[in-house]
Amino acid sequence: MAQIFHPSMNTVARASIFGAIFVLGAAAWVAARIYSSPYVTEQYVAREQPVPFSHEHHVTGLGLDCRYCHTSVEDSHFAGVPPTQTCMTCHSQVWTNAEMLEPVRASFRENKPLAWTRVHALPDYVFFNHSIHVAKGIGCSTCHGQVDKMPLMWQNATLHMQWCLDCHRDPEKYIRPKDQVFNMAWPAGQKDWDQKTRGAALVAEYHVNKVQLDNCSVCHR
Amino acid sequence: MAFLVDDTRETLHKPAPRPFWRSLGELEQTPEFLERLHREFPVAASEWLEDVEPGAAKNPGLSRRNFLTLMGAGLSLMGLTGCTTRKPDAKIVPYVIQPEQIVPGKPIFYASALNVNGAAHGVIVETHEGRPTKIEGNPNHPASLGATNIWMQAAVLGLYDPDRSQVVAQLGGSSVSTWDKFQSAIAPMLAAKLQNGGSGMRVLSEPIVSPTLAAQAQALKRRFPNLKWHVFSPTDRGNVREGAKQTFGQPRNVVYAFDKADVVVALDSDFLIDEPGSLRYSRQFVDRRRVRKDRPEMNRLYVVESARTITGAMADHRVPTTPDAIERIANAIASGVRGGMRNTLDETTEKFVRALVDDLKQAGKFALVIAGEYQPPQVHRLCHEINAALGAVGNTVLYTDPIDAGSVDANASLAELVHDMNAGSVDLLVMLGGNPVYNAPADLDFASAMGKVATNVHLGLYEDETSFLSQWHLPQTHPLEEWSDLRAFDGTVSIVQPMIAPLYEGRSVHEVLAILLGDAARSGHEIVRGHWAEQHKDNFDFWWDKSLHDGLIEDSALPPRESNRTQAANTTAPSSQPAPAGFRITFRPDPSIGDGAWANNAWLQELPKPISKLTWDNAAYVSRATAQKLEVEEGGTIRVKYAGRELAGVPVIVVPGQPADVITLHLGYGRTRAGKIGTKLGFNAYALRTSDAPWFGAGATVTRDDADYELAVTQEHQLMHGREIVRPVSIAELRARYASAETTRAEGANVEHPKTVPLTLYNPDEWENKGNKWGMVIDQTACTGCNACVVACYAENNVPTVGKEQVIRNREMAWLRIDTYFSAADAEETEPAANPETYFQPMLCQHCETAPCELVCPVGATTHSAEGLNEMTYNRCVGTRYCSNNCPYKVRRFNYLEYNGEVSQTQAMQKNPDVTVRQRGVMEKCSYCVQRINLARIDAKKQGREHGLVREGEVLTACQQSCPTQAIVFGNLNDPQSQVKKLKEEPTNYGLLTELNTEPRTTYLERVRNPNPAMKS
Repeated sequence: MAQIFHPSMNTVARASIFGAIFVLGAAAWVAARIYSSPYVTEQYVAREQPVPFSHEHHVTGLGLDCRYCHTSVEDSHFAGVPPTQTCMTCHSQVWTNAEMLEPVRASFRENKPLAWTRVHALPDYVFFNHSIHVAKGIGCSTCHGQVDKMPLMWQNATLHMQWCLDCHRDPEKYIRPKDQVFNMAWPAGQKDWDQKTRGAALVAEYHVNKVQLDNCSVCHR
Repeated sequence: MAFLVDDTRETLHKPAPRPFWRSLGELEQTPEFLERLHREFPVAASEWLEDVEPGAAKNPGLSRRNFLTLMGAGLSLMGLTGCTTRKPDAKIVPYVIQPEQIVPGKPIFYASALNVNGAAHGVIVETHEGRPTKIEGNPNHPASLGATNIWMQAAVLGLYDPDRSQVVAQLGGSSVSTWDKFQSAIAPMLAAKLQNGGSGMRVLSEPIVSPTLAAQAQALKRRFPNLKWHVFSPTDRGNVREGAKQTFGQPRNVVYAFDKADVVVALDSDFLIDEPGSLRYSRQFVDRRRVRKDRPEMNRLYVVESARTITGAMADHRVPTTPDAIERIANAIASGVRGGMRNTLDETTEKFVRALVDDLKQAGKFALVIAGEYQPPQVHRLCHEINAALGAVGNTVLYTDPIDAGSVDANASLAELVHDMNAGSVDLLVMLGGNPVYNAPADLDFASAMGKVATNVHLGLYEDETSFLSQWHLPQTHPLEEWSDLRAFDGTVSIVQPMIAPLYEGRSVHEVLAILLGDAARSGHEIVRGHWAEQHKDNFDFWWDKSLHDGLIEDSALPPRESNRTQAANTTAPSSQPAPAGFRITFRPDPSIGDGAWANNAWLQELPKPISKLTWDNAAYVSRATAQKLEVEEGGTIRVKYAGRELAGVPVIVVPGQPADVITLHLGYGRTRAGKIGTKLGFNAYALRTSDAPWFGAGATVTRDDADYELAVTQEHQLMHGREIVRPVSIAELRARYASAETTRAEGANVEHPKTVPLTLYNPDEWENKGNKWGMVIDQTACTGCNACVVACYAENNVPTVGKEQVIRNREMAWLRIDTYFSAADAEETEPAANPETYFQPMLCQHCETAPCELVCPVGATTHSAEGLNEMTYNRCVGTRYCSNNCPYKVRRFNYLEYNGEVSQTQAMQKNPDVTVRQRGVMEKCSYCVQRINLARIDAKKQGREHGLVREGEVLTACQQSCPTQAIVFGNLNDPQSQVKKLKEEPTNYGLLTELNTEPRTTYLERVRNPNPAMKS
């Protein structure tokens, strides 16, 4: 009876057995990459909004402070999204005929709220509080990126738990003086800013309780 | 380590000095009980065994092949969940114009009042972006003092009940209609009535405790001079009213001052739960029982009762007896207090009464004798007499003008109405609230009388039994949706303000009356504000804002009135009457759902009733002796013949301490149109109740019925293997302990602990957080078992209800339960279940410093925080349930099914946004209200306090805040001035099962009793 398999098949068999390990490993690597890729996390993906609001124009161009619209960022867990009335403080006077702003005017006219697409969505079991981060010297741009350079808003970080813990375990790496929290360009323009030593000093000065920051119940409850 | 293990084992096996038991099953050590004891998840362990018919196969249950099939399917389905990796698009919808006071994400609190037990209870309602989520007591309100009861807590769930009536309905709720149609239909009728002065027109309401409503009623009577206004409530306090009226010749409201009472005698009075001033009375009563190192004094409570109540469970001496015997005992006390006791009692009772009378006389004006609304007016007259003779009037007892307008006797008023309806002299009946078709006395047959009235109009929260027989059903607004005003037990007026615009097309009582008054356009706000504007002319706007803000009108309590007894009570009447034959029936409002108005409230249905721990049903409470006499066991049924009526298939529950030959039936069940939750649960005890004997009667014939009935009773759930966890101590023993200076922690009680120093290899100072160190102390002397904390926990922590069938499977989700233990006072007692002492022990996560649950979690879902919390992280939990297996306190609850999956859109609005709504497959448990702690700590940190130190009083757990007696104290153990730290240093403080080295952060204060040394037991 003729041989079914050629002797070279032995090599193929061995190679495929050992190769399987690499194939599986590669598959796991690909899965991990996909999981943390913008495709899943929606990092760097500019989201469509009812009105193409440009932070770049309003912050860099006009010099609005973050808190002009996000009023409750220092008081509440929620930074606040401005009511239509806030838009209309200016847009009842400027660009009153711009077609782009018709949804805003319609909202005000018909008393129907605008429905913005959420850009930074945390799972329901995560209880993030803006006010305490702002109060302890964590700047807006640390998490949200340089919003003043974003014509349309996108998510600047993965928002994975690993990313949160990076700072919660070592806040020295990211903390900044309280008066610089709303500075979008931080630390650019600061002479001799040494984050390592100055960060540790600020953590002590602001009574940041490091032993507590990675407790589960700080964010999950 | 060996000696330690031996020590521990010895402690575990050492018999308790006195047996404590949770249920009769435990007392008798029945096989069913032992089965439950050894299997924590009795049903889950044999999940697939149940469907197999017995004897169908040699090896019943799941075959290996089926197991692998299900396992494989489960794994691949689990993989499928990974397919939805992308987050769904969420929307942020801001306001168009943001209301001035609202900060998104921060709650706002408003003061208001709720009508519970027939009077106002001041509340503070937490609202998130305009939706009320949680109700707390108003600390400034005299009837609340910051505390709540189960009904105040549950009201917020009732608001969002999707079964509430939503639209006007015509004839039996079958035809949807509108307010406009109703108004145009009623207009010609009213025009005709204006011609004849309102003859044939009647209004039926619940007792009026709203000043605005009283004024509207007056106005209506002026408009229709021939109109008659009737009042009815099934739990009307007619006996109290009539007793005062007979004594003083005019209606009087009785107010008690328990803060001055040294000796309290309660005659069938459940004053800790069902008086209009119960929350205040509970606090005042317990304030006199808090025994501390520097204050080893306490009051004494005697209870004579014909049912099983929490007041009886708190008694230092309790006498269970028949309801008719209480009048004889009151007689004996009255004659004894005046000197020369007339003896018509049996020997034991006589001895009891003599010692009691001595005690009362010694207390003098610091004594208080109180009769419950379940006893006839004669007993109330005797009590007024006794209190007067003791000099207590003006000290512990005060009389004021009545709080209800007109002070009408409900039973007589309804009987008159039904008589007129049957006589055909009523053609327009407007019912403002209430549900008389369901809860009117059976002999009046209200339903058939309604058939003789041309037009019945019913205003109600639900399309209920009465709506179904009415020509018009009108939807009513919920108390959290309307403007109104209410009087409290002492007359204090609160303005009721809406927390939310009406969810449906409801209107308030005031607005419906405005239609009858020909002023339909007036809103509830205008009516109520207008009423008060007439009374307070100067600076009214300020006065109104202040009254709204405070939750009460300043100085509106009724002043005490000088009250002279017009005639002495006849103390001779019942002495020679022979005791009637047969069983006695006592009727009581259900401890959870009251008169039935709360029947569609799932929190209250699932709440284990005090003492019996029954859920989702009512049952005939019988004593063990009675059960044996009837040859019926728990799970069996009886047939009750009483006053010419019969009720079959009544399930039986054997309750330790229930008086012999007395069968207690709870009202409120057997609803036919309550809603999806409350319909067809239990039996309707109103079917036996007659207008001449509203609360008890004799001569019932009771026989065994053949049917079986499964009750969902949680008494044997979460057992703790009979370890010694309840420790009563008498005040005399305690004084001796103080005297012997043996006051170190946990020693000197009736067991010696092998461990007095923490068994740890680590230096606690190395890791211990310098900031907050959370701990809790629960005072078992103060706990009345009222269940308020349990419902508060449901409301605060989004705890789901699971339903009767799941409760039977041991799957109730309550994070906090009140364990009830019984123990015969005398170990030699032949019938230990006849009148055992009752002990309540609130049981919740003990937040052990060395928690056994944390060690066994394979995924690190339960961990320890720096502040000492035992944290539960739901998103990590994979549901192995090892933690629950390893928890000696049995406080962890597993989410078997998607209990939160089917909440309606409205119910979802009730959920606390600060707490995760858990899905199935995760373990959950008490978190010490970590959401409140976190918010308080964030505030502290924002103020720049080191370690985020939270000050005393800045954080209260939900259970602590609701507790009427402040039995639960929570706080920072690192703060030497905190109340919790001071209580932990009390000699009565002890931890449960500390011999297991769990180091619980929650500890208990021993239950201190104050028995009369002159009495044995």
